[in-house]
Amino acid sequence: MKKLLFALICLLFICPVMAQDTSLVSGLEDENAVEKITGTFKSTRVINAHSTEMLYKGNMDFRILHRFGPVNSGVKEFFGLDNANMRMSFDFGITNNLMIGIGRSTNLKDLDFLIKTRLLQQTKGAKPIPVSLLVAAGYIVTTQQSFATVKPTFSDRSSYYLQMIVGRKFNSNFSVQLSPLLVHNNSTLNPTDDKTIFGLGGGARYKVSKRIALVADYHYAVGKLDNAITNPVSLGVDIETGGHVFQLHFTNSAGMNEKAYLTQTTGKFFNGDIRFGFNLSRMFNIGKKKKNW
Amino acid sequence: MCCRIKHTYKMKKHSSVLLFLLLFSVTLVAQKKLFTKTGLITFNSKTSIEKIQAVNKKVLAVLDVATNKIEFAVLIKGFEFEKALMQEHFNENYLESDKFPKATFKGKFDDTNFTILAEENKTVTVNISGNLTLHGVTKPVTAKALITTKNKTVSAASSLTILLSDYSIKIPAVNKNNVNNQVQININLANLQEMK
Repeated sequence: MKKLLFALICLLFICPVMAQDTSLVSGLEDENAVEKITGTFKSTRVINAHSTEMLYKGNMDFRILHRFGPVNSGVKEFFGLDNANMRMSFDFGITNNLMIGIGRSTNLKDLDFLIKTRLLQQTKGAKPIPVSLLVAAGYIVTTQQSFATVKPTFSDRSSYYLQMIVGRKFNSNFSVQLSPLLVHNNSTLNPTDDKTIFGLGGGARYKVSKRIALVADYHYAVGKLDNAITNPVSLGVDIETGGHVFQLHFTNSAGMNEKAYLTQTTGKFFNGDIRFGFNLSRMFNIGKKKKNW
Repeated sequence: MCCRIKHTYKMKKHSSVLLFLLLFSVTLVAQKKLFTKTGLITFNSKTSIEKIQAVNKKVLAVLDVATNKIEFAVLIKGFEFEKALMQEHFNENYLESDKFPKATFKGKFDDTNFTILAEENKTVTVNISGNLTLHGVTKPVTAKALITTKNKTVSAASSLTILLSDYSIKIPAVNKNNVNNQVQININLANLQEMK
């Protein structure tokens, strides 16, 4: 009995000693901690498509987008660089899950408005959410003067879009999203075109270094469109330097809003109707700074 | 801790003498561990262009008075910045918190007479040395800490300066003027609880 008792006491003393050797803090960790997954993409757009990223509350994103002429227009046009379409936009983060924006394109002098919200954010931890889910809706109006005998009304020049984004960051380097898009044009360029076009969209990112990533997005248009209209494909590189994100890419689409890239793209990507383009994003802090310590 | 308690329950049936002995041994060991789950770590880094400050309010810390050991653990994602974008860059580009989610410190403090912990309004300075693991790199660090007793609570505070380059946290050339390689870290553990 004595021996047994001694052995048991020894055992009890060994037990805590072993526990301490591994870690003093083990067991104190919060097991219900939920960790939000951030940085799925570098910017609020993959290239053309809305991404799973949102602006933070109080941030303003000033974006300058360019799409040059087709590279296959040759050296006379300096491979398209002589010719540029531009879109300029201001996006505002109202909350971390709600943003609004306004933009204007040189092409057809389109003015566009945007509202985007995040319904679900990917998390890991106790009850993980596997994907982020966002919805973006917008209104686009063409303001270019028309020389037609019957001038199009305001309503005729209006378009609407709705995009849903389901995305997942698989690991710190690789993210994928599906971003179906619905565009409705009150009047179409070609009278036989469908007014409502559905776009099966998707995008992906692969980070090659901490600040450089390869990105791609694509939309497959479903609906009756003119034969000359093609599906927009874009391949690019994101470079991030502090408050700036430079998105350099090649695309067959000259349009930079949803209506323009889904229903008005004419370049045949694999025939070399490729344009060089860039999206430049500069983030400003305009909201009240939060300081809680 | 829990394993010891389990043992205690199992033994209950067998012998009350044993139970007494066991309980006695448990309290002897347990009594002298102080801990918090809500410690505060702030850090400051300043250049002429940018001031970077962040706070983490969920620092786990355990001071084992019996063995003179001290340990910290903190989640990198728990650091809150004034600017949300700065916080994202801190996690994504500098600390790579997906790969290295935690920073830990394991160390010892020099022999000190901790009987003062039972007294009111006392302050004692201790020297701490140990290993700080940050961004996957472990380096020895030393610091002085103040342990204070006031209003029947024990608190501890310390600060140290580290170099980002020591922990292979790289500052890209374009941001050399915005981010200082030298970072001051302040640690504040208020109201340490006795581990039961």
